[in-house]
Amino acid sequence: MLGFLVLSLGKIVVVFGCLMLTVAYMTWVERKVISDFQVRLGPTRVGPFGLLQPIADGIKLFFKEDLIPSQVDRTIYLLAPALSLAPALIAFAVIPFGDTTTLFGLLPAPLGMHITDINVGVLYIFAISSLGVYGIVLAGWASNSKYALLGGLRASAQMISYELSMGLSIVGVVMMAGSLSLVDIVKAQGELGVWFIVPQALGFCIFFCCALAETNRAPFDLPEAETELVAGFHVEYSSMKFAMFFMAEYANMITAAALATTLFLGGWRGPVLPPVVWFLLKVFAVLYVFIWFRATLPRFRYDQLMAFGWKRLLPLALLNALVTAAVIVGVS
Amino acid sequence: MSGAASLMEVALFAVLALVAIVAALVVITHRHPVYSALCLVITMLSIAFLFLLLRSEFLWVMQITVYAGAVMVLFLFVIMLLDLRREERPWRFPENRLQVGVGTLLALALVAELIVMAVAVRLPGGAGGGISPEVVAAQGHTQLLGRLLYTEYVFPFEVTSVILLVAIVGAMVLAKKRVE
Repeated sequence: MLGFLVLSLGKIVVVFGCLMLTVAYMTWVERKVISDFQVRLGPTRVGPFGLLQPIADGIKLFFKEDLIPSQVDRTIYLLAPALSLAPALIAFAVIPFGDTTTLFGLLPAPLGMHITDINVGVLYIFAISSLGVYGIVLAGWASNSKYALLGGLRASAQMISYELSMGLSIVGVVMMAGSLSLVDIVKAQGELGVWFIVPQALGFCIFFCCALAETNRAPFDLPEAETELVAGFHVEYSSMKFAMFFMAEYANMITAAALATTLFLGGWRGPVLPPVVWFLLKVFAVLYVFIWFRATLPRFRYDQLMAFGWKRLLPLALLNALVTAAVIVGVS
Repeated sequence: MSGAASLMEVALFAVLALVAIVAALVVITHRHPVYSALCLVITMLSIAFLFLLLRSEFLWVMQITVYAGAVMVLFLFVIMLLDLRREERPWRFPENRLQVGVGTLLALALVAELIVMAVAVRLPGGAGGGISPEVVAAQGHTQLLGRLLYTEYVFPFEVTSVILLVAIVGAMVLAKKRVE
């Protein structure tokens, strides 16, 4: 019992630490990659290659003056950043980032490299991320600002619409693996001998579009469109509260990339290199594509966003599920 | 060790039940609709974790996705349709006799139903239908539920889907009419 507690807590601390570090350094990666696309240098002054920039940014945000506008709904205004960040972090609990390990023989029994493996892992991530929208909408409402309110309303419409297609896009994967557990889905891809992105190419495309929309990334960044809404739902936030929304967005991005890796790209599986390295490589490849999209595509208009979600992605996702089911029934 | 584990379970149940009840009371007594909706989310989440205590993982995540997630729509109603200020009138006991009477009657019926169910499940060969915690642990909760839904309960399941579809089509018809 005690050993179980210590091991679980240890895993949580390690995963949480790595996740937060990646969140911080994703800002550096994003700025570097975007500047590369735009033929600039990006951050270069703080440390070699600007590598200490995230730390400087963190310190700056920590010591900034924390402004609370006078007409806000105080309780909810203070609660919203936490409500936004917490789901982003706890969704990571079921992602498997490796096979089993004994930590170079230090442990008596092999330890699964995931915080927990639950029977309904995929659904758990969807359930938790459906709670993430509360933080954004409450922030928009509690700020008592027109820009923030519009951003919050846009976010809710967008996230509710795309959640549906996202859920349907992975039905094919779940049917092929015959399980909702992420550990089992990775195992099924090993047994099949091919990543699920090959038989489920359409599913992956739909999933990727929805993941962009769910994380409010360009070209789906309407909730925080700078040119029309200044910064959308977090316009009235400053200091660490603003930083928490920022961290939530990056943590959501990393979770989405890890989920794409696990469901479609074979998870931690790969030859020669250790599993964790493969997992990180694939996650960063997906994250690179996230940034690539931002550097390439202009923002959707609101009606285009709705039409794309409901009239294109949803029927395609249904078709994908139907064809996959027909093929599975036909083969067996 | 199993003693400690079951004690933990009882403690968790007590906390979750208490949170669910208190949050539910706040839903109906708070003067601000946004806080009411937020407390409804807390109630739904507590109930979801009660399902988890029963080892019903599928119902746990569905309770969160469907119920806790759907309160979002209520929020939007509140934000877009209602006046956002706190209600000025102080809270008092509803004066309408009919309201109080019907409410009490329904609450009593619910309690009676719960008692009947709790007794029936414990009878040999009772309402459990041969599904014990051991069976659930062996076959997996999600698998068991899926099999039952698509075999024994396939007719009620399909009827429910059709009813929901009718509701969707109805909403579309009503919404279109108003635009013209």
